Amino acid sequence: MRLAPALTLLLLIGPVLAGLIGTIAPALGYFPAIGGTTLSLDALRALFDWPGVFAAARLSVSTGVVATLLSLLITALILAGWSGTRAFRWIERALSPLLSVPHAAAAFGIAFLIAPSGWIARAFSPWLTGWTRPPDLLILQDPWGIAMTLALITKEVPFLLLMSIAALPQAQPRRSLTIAQSLGYSRVTGWLKAVFPRIYAQIRLPVYAVLAYSMSVVDVAIILGPNTPPTLAVQIVRWMGDPDLTMRYIAGAGAMLQLCLVIATLLMWRGAESVVAKLGCHWAERGGRGKWDAILKWFALLLAVTTVAAVLLGLAGLAVWSVAGFWSFPNTLPDTLSLRTWMRHGASLWDPTFETLLIAGASTLIALALTLACLEAEFRFGFKKGRGGMWLLYLPLLIPQIAFLPGLQTLALMAGADMGRGVVIFGHVVFVLPYVMLSLSDPYESWDRRHATVAAALGARANRIFWTVRMPMLLAPVLTAAAVGFAVSVGQYLPTLLIGAGRVQTLTTEAVALASGGDRRIIGVYALAQTGVVFLSFAAAIALPRIVWLNRRALREA
Amino acid sequence: MKRLLTALAVSALAAPAFADPNPDDWNSVLTEADGQTVYWNAWGGSTATNDFIRWAGDQISERYGVTLEHVKLSDTADAVSRVLAEKTAGKDEGGAVDLIWINGANFAAMKDAGLLYGPWAQSLPNWDLVDVEGKPAVTSDFTVPTDGLESPWAMAQVVFYYDTARLPAPPKSMSELMEWSANNPGRFTFPQPPDFLGTTFLKQALYGLVTDPAVLQGPADAADYNATTEPLWAYLADLTPQLWRSGRAYPQTGPRQIQLMADGEIDLAISFSPGEASTAIANGELPDTVRTFVMDGGTIGNASFVAIPYNASAKAGAMVLADFLLSPQAQARAQDPNVLGYGTVLAMDKLLPEDRVRFDALELGIATLSPAELGNALPEPHPSWMTRIEEDWTARFGVAQ
Repeated sequence: MRLAPALTLLLLIGPVLAGLIGTIAPALGYFPAIGGTTLSLDALRALFDWPGVFAAARLSVSTGVVATLLSLLITALILAGWSGTRAFRWIERALSPLLSVPHAAAAFGIAFLIAPSGWIARAFSPWLTGWTRPPDLLILQDPWGIAMTLALITKEVPFLLLMSIAALPQAQPRRSLTIAQSLGYSRVTGWLKAVFPRIYAQIRLPVYAVLAYSMSVVDVAIILGPNTPPTLAVQIVRWMGDPDLTMRYIAGAGAMLQLCLVIATLLMWRGAESVVAKLGCHWAERGGRGKWDAILKWFALLLAVTTVAAVLLGLAGLAVWSVAGFWSFPNTLPDTLSLRTWMRHGASLWDPTFETLLIAGASTLIALALTLACLEAEFRFGFKKGRGGMWLLYLPLLIPQIAFLPGLQTLALMAGADMGRGVVIFGHVVFVLPYVMLSLSDPYESWDRRHATVAAALGARANRIFWTVRMPMLLAPVLTAAAVGFAVSVGQYLPTLLIGAGRVQTLTTEAVALASGGDRRIIGVYALAQTGVVFLSFAAAIALPRIVWLNRRALREA
Repeated sequence: MKRLLTALAVSALAAPAFADPNPDDWNSVLTEADGQTVYWNAWGGSTATNDFIRWAGDQISERYGVTLEHVKLSDTADAVSRVLAEKTAGKDEGGAVDLIWINGANFAAMKDAGLLYGPWAQSLPNWDLVDVEGKPAVTSDFTVPTDGLESPWAMAQVVFYYDTARLPAPPKSMSELMEWSANNPGRFTFPQPPDFLGTTFLKQALYGLVTDPAVLQGPADAADYNATTEPLWAYLADLTPQLWRSGRAYPQTGPRQIQLMADGEIDLAISFSPGEASTAIANGELPDTVRTFVMDGGTIGNASFVAIPYNASAKAGAMVLADFLLSPQAQARAQDPNVLGYGTVLAMDKLLPEDRVRFDALELGIATLSPAELGNALPEPHPSWMTRIEEDWTARFGVAQ
């Protein structure tokens, strides 16, 4: 156990360093396989000569920041307005499954919903709009990235909400809220002033992860984002995939720029936190009891419902597409129904599903074991991750995958360990582990140590305290972290493709390959299969604690 | 750097790899291939293609004991990247990719960097049936000599498809296209370059606008690039505002246009497969009122190839598969519009009568043109044109929001 933190950091740093070197070397002109053996700044110069570079960089920052800010705001409002109420149970039940919808599947669903030829337009045509053909409106792929930002929000709100719910028991919201309300504060204002700062301190790392992810997301940006120019991350992928191998240099330079952007934005966010905290203190000290409570509360509910509706209707649309024959505009339902798509692809779903479950299960277990060992080592031996440790933990989430993975792939190749399922699992751990650690570390560290002290006073040793006191009490966050890790693994496309040499085929690699054909029927089949797999893990994460804690009222408080 | 690349290429070709099979001794190739597993990296975006590859796998497993695994790619460049990564890591044998579906710029790049095994293609037994004289594209991939480093397996030619229910008389030349677009704004688009089909549209437009098409066969540097492409940019400056979404967004791949056509968003689209529309109609992806046509003056055609990376693990098995793809049986199946609708690379007069019957028995799809209607294909311009036109298009239209 003493070795756990070192082992974990090695598992993360090794691949990340290799990835970084693999990123920086081509950016500086070093790439022996295609003849680059001298260092130069030509690639960086070429990057800034590319006419779209500033627009692409600005787009990455604006969509990432706006998506994160709005997601956080919506999450806070939902919690402020409804946490602890019966309605909140429903919101939680409705939003949690959204987490299980892979980003690409959600994006495809939303694309079909809001496109000019999409389901919403079809529902109101032609009787209301008069459209017999779709209008030529720029809704998807708009130059400001609005459609893409909205899709990101529908995915990030459930993530942040689930992280917050896992953090709630430690924040003891009921007591604070009772006191605030007894002092005359309305519910929303009281919650925001008394509880939110404590929740935010616990979900800060997940928020950073959301910010870094939203800035460098590729799949959602390809489906819904602008293309003239695209976001920087998408453009890097294009350069990486260019048949002209010398474009790898400019891709490396782009990846370095992306990395700098993410780091700079995170620092700015961090700076903004203290400004907001100061303003928040003034706001709290002014003592206003809250005037807009009712409006805010219902507005929050409306936002929650819209989020749920957007994803679920999108998925429903894909489900209908999966059984559609020909389906013309403006018909709300397919002209003909057919099981052809399922019959054609149903049988070939089994192998990738099995592979997906195996890889996700194994990588999540490894990540969970390492995370718990690290956290417990910190607890028992007083190890401190410190600032540096946190940044190292963060690296896999901060570096755009496309820039980091070719280096990782080369490392695996040099070690002679490639192509197998085992290496893919190892590759997934690199991405799963940080999410599991981020999801779990705050709830774990906020655990009330007095329970351990009491148990120790009763004669229990450290291991017994861990297994019989801490684990049961932290069951919900542990399972939540596992489900998040599982979902992250299922969603991995580039690591599976690059490390597995294309020989390891999961639902996601199959889905992305088939989706490149753009046929909504096939996209529907694979989106549903992908969603189903992750959905089961989240269902378990939510259901198990409720069953196990049937006789533990205080733990069910949240 | 060019010199270095050439040096690398030469050393890769010259390196005596004693384990490599000898394609001229076909029996030894068959013996070695028996029991091998071939990982064929091929674009996986089309159900029809995937089904065809599965069928080919069943056939070679039965006949030659070769197992075929289809690695479904979303982009051929992924396979190129893989081989490149292996070379970077010094993994010069036992590579993950055995066969790649490839052509054009990807082939030129791999050939340049010495990433391909060969020559082997012209030693295949079925090579004798290939229509080398009638289809120059089978030995000249975008004007780059194949040098036996890749084996052709399908012919492709640009066609346009349109919905007769909405567009009775489609525009048949670039000037008619402009006129029609001005009167019907927002009803035409093309995949965004550098998608290969989008770039193909630009090259097709260039063919329609250039005074002397012969210059396109040489490198762009050798011709007056600016003067040659000037009419194209003037044309696009007028056309772009009339495109779907006023040219502010483009479909990202060719097949995406099928969905746009089915949704009624566009009336006219470009395709690189004469049978694609018929196959889509058969699959319920397009209404049965869709038809195809070629522009006056002809359209660009090219061939699809398979190539073996220099470090492939199952070279013998890969050659057996490539040879099977050239067999009359596989070629006839690929040409069947209910299966793929790809043009054959074989010469009918080189076939045995019983094999020729397989082709004669095929019915063209409802929207597929006969070879006579397709006419002679225009040759692909030299790859350097493609590269420069892509770059210029991106600078002028691709980042100009």
